[in-house]
Amino acid sequence: MAMAALRREGKRVSTLIASPNPVNSLRSSLAPSEEQVSFGVRSISTQIVRNRMKSVKNIQKITKAMKMVAASKLRAIQVRAENSRGLWQPFTALLGDTPSIDVKKNVIVTISSDKGLCGGINSTSVKMSRAIHKLNSGPDKEGKYVILGEKAKAQLIRDSKKDIEISITELQKNPLNYTQVSVMADDILKNVEFDALRIVYNKFQSVVSFLPTTATILSPEVVEKEAEAGGKLGDLDSYEIEGGETKSEVLQNLTEFQFSCVLFNAVLENATSEQGARMSAMDSSSRNAGDMLDRLTLTYNRTRQASITTELIEIISGASALEG
Amino acid sequence: MFRQAAARILSRSSRAAAARARPFSTDLPAAASPDETFVEAWKKVIPNIEPPKTPLSFMTPRPATPSSIPSKLTVNFVLPYASELSTKEVDMVIIPASTGQMGVLPGHVATIAELKPGVMSVHEGDKVVKYFVSSGFAFVHSNSYADIIAVEAVPIDQLDPALVQKGLADFTQKLNSASTDLEKAEAQIGVDVHSALNSALTG
Repeated sequence: MAMAALRREGKRVSTLIASPNPVNSLRSSLAPSEEQVSFGVRSISTQIVRNRMKSVKNIQKITKAMKMVAASKLRAIQVRAENSRGLWQPFTALLGDTPSIDVKKNVIVTISSDKGLCGGINSTSVKMSRAIHKLNSGPDKEGKYVILGEKAKAQLIRDSKKDIEISITELQKNPLNYTQVSVMADDILKNVEFDALRIVYNKFQSVVSFLPTTATILSPEVVEKEAEAGGKLGDLDSYEIEGGETKSEVLQNLTEFQFSCVLFNAVLENATSEQGARMSAMDSSSRNAGDMLDRLTLTYNRTRQASITTELIEIISGASALEG
Repeated sequence: MFRQAAARILSRSSRAAAARARPFSTDLPAAASPDETFVEAWKKVIPNIEPPKTPLSFMTPRPATPSSIPSKLTVNFVLPYASELSTKEVDMVIIPASTGQMGVLPGHVATIAELKPGVMSVHEGDKVVKYFVSSGFAFVHSNSYADIIAVEAVPIDQLDPALVQKGLADFTQKLNSASTDLEKAEAQIGVDVHSALNSALTG
């Protein structure tokens, strides 16, 4: 009985002796492969730092690759966006630009991207859409959302779920073309009642900058009413209208065509801004990863050097002790 | 010069909407002024976010209607994938409006016209460039600007007569065998476009 108690006590003492420094025990628990360090060698572990360095290097590789992909996609889509810029200008010249128009049924068409990791373009368009919704809200007015793209949907569904009329995703699976966009515009026009459509998108300016923009499209009835009342669209009455049975029929065709053209340009501009924003976001994160890697390398080398120095000191002092 | 400018101001003061008019034609094109009321309303409701841009601020402003008819017509001809002509000065364009061919010269009355499939020709001196356009709209403004928007357009010398004949035959056959209204309408459109193409090539 007493012997057993003594043995148990002895074991406890021996475990205390076996782990003379806490660093060693920590290391052994983290990296079991390095178990065979002989007793008394007090080297500092570099395993954790090495693992960290490897993972940072891998992340940097991925972000660099994403930047390259975004750059090549940007080049292709930027040309198309710039070529489509002529498309909406005749409509603005004819029907003017009326963001301040005060109508009952406002539909906000928010354009965003399907994929993330592209800086702030999606939250910018969501913020703008919310602000326009607030600006055009009133007791007898209603504001609805039509959402293009996964990211704006995820953000707007949280607080304005009941106002979302349609959400369309996976727009950019195939390269954007006019036919596809006009079919989509047709879908929106068929399923939504509106007096004014407000398209919110990011206009591409340069790789590092994009401008949140809102384009306004009025329904044919509102156009006709405004034209008769004078005001901003007063010029429209001086135009002779050819083709079609009635004036309202032509105006309907005109506004539908306007919507598809403006939407086409808006979708392209937003896609270009997305690639530009992704490129600069990935560029900065590659740079950050590089900085981090430099810091870690410095730490790693210092630690290694420190352990070598310690070992040297131990050997030399041991030798001098023997001599003396 | 100033006398002219004064005359222009006078002629314009009768016009109600002089919102985006420039004060003098000799001035540099001023930055298009965005909708002031919109910016004010925005700043009142949402003071902490900059108001978004509007399309007008990305456009070069158009000149006001001059008092005398200019000698040239300024044409913008745009497609979804290209700006075929942009602010090009020409003598005349002939547009395939849905009511018939429409010749537009400088000083043409302001018009909005729907287009049908047909030949659009641009006359510049002795040179005539012909395009086949599918559909779209044409706006002629009183300041001798013409905007033509088409969904698809090709220069006429790039059309293949053999393919046009084949397409015409195909669609005529389809029209005869069509059973539903939708099929019939689609075939009718095909026949219309191909016969327009055919007459463009032969005519």
